[in-house]
Amino acid sequence: MTGAYRPPRDNLWFARTRHCAFFVLRELTSVFVAWTIVFLLMFVDAVRTGSLQEFGALAGRPWMIAINVLALAATVLHTITFLNLAPKATVVRLDGWRVPAWMIQGGNHSAWVVLSVLIAYFILRSP
Amino acid sequence: MTETKETATRTIRMEVARYRPGEDDEPVFQGYDVPLMPDWAVLDGLNHIKDQLDGSLSYRWSCRMGVCGSCGMTVNGEPRLTCGTFLTEYGEGPIRIEPLKGFPVIRDLVVDIDGFLAKLSSTRPWLVREGEELPLTTEYAQTPEQLDAYKQYSMCINCLLCYSACPVYVLDPDFLGPAAIALAQRYNLDSRDMGDRFDVLNQEDAVWGCTFVGECTRVCPKHVDPAEAIQRYKLTAALRSVLPWSRR
Repeated sequence: MTGAYRPPRDNLWFARTRHCAFFVLRELTSVFVAWTIVFLLMFVDAVRTGSLQEFGALAGRPWMIAINVLALAATVLHTITFLNLAPKATVVRLDGWRVPAWMIQGGNHSAWVVLSVLIAYFILRSP
Repeated sequence: MTETKETATRTIRMEVARYRPGEDDEPVFQGYDVPLMPDWAVLDGLNHIKDQLDGSLSYRWSCRMGVCGSCGMTVNGEPRLTCGTFLTEYGEGPIRIEPLKGFPVIRDLVVDIDGFLAKLSSTRPWLVREGEELPLTTEYAQTPEQLDAYKQYSMCINCLLCYSACPVYVLDPDFLGPAAIALAQRYNLDSRDMGDRFDVLNQEDAVWGCTFVGECTRVCPKHVDPAEAIQRYKLTAALRSVLPWSRR
């Protein structure tokens, strides 16, 4: 169409609404999820090679603690938002009755808590 | 009664985007003072401008009752149906009216929706039947559960607020977009439909282009949930890719 005005690309679209800003924050938490996986792999490698002392020293440094506290907060936010959004992709019907979203979310969060407690139990129990 | 009279004598400022091809290089805002009536929607304000103040203003509207979907505009930065958005929602004003974002502007508040119509057609948003000859003489009864499976998606009125709110579409106009995908799902989930829209929907610019911002669902005036439709089809497409015999 001739003469139509095409608005320029808005590079600050994510700052225009609170919802979009939160969306970008949610997406950015993926970086910390990736870091958490890297850190876990470093831990596994330390166990495998018997270098837990060095790994412990690295993990105990203040800047590393700061990064991991931030990573914990980010991964918790990522997990909660991911589990809350799950009913959008999975519509469950039982004999024609649609299972409400809060039930699916509740099931997801319950499973998350149970798994976390189990893992914590095996890691933190006394030898 | 006294309150109504007082309100009628008050006015509210409407700042309307004007774009006159051949005259303006880009849209400019023009201010109009319209009566602040308690029962006036933004569309009534625009009609007042058109009838009383400036007959050259161009915009689309038809039913005035949130059914036709033609009066969607950006009101104070939010995509809204102007027939369902009341002047009193904006206090003392001003109210800024712009065309829907993400679409080329033909004139003033009128946008070019040809791209959307082509995308919508590509999803074949109608009942596809195979192996039957016209005229059809058979009834295709549905149970309430079968109707419930797709009913919310059938509420879409093609107002395009979801496209205007979607950052993916605004950044990438090739994205198939929320309404087209929701309407494709409306037929995918219909027990009477025999069509296969996999090749259209299972594309980078279709369901896989969606990053799940969720703005489409938030702004929908008919409470359709396009974000849900897209995420559901992602799951369907993924299963079909892994399990070729899986359908829909």
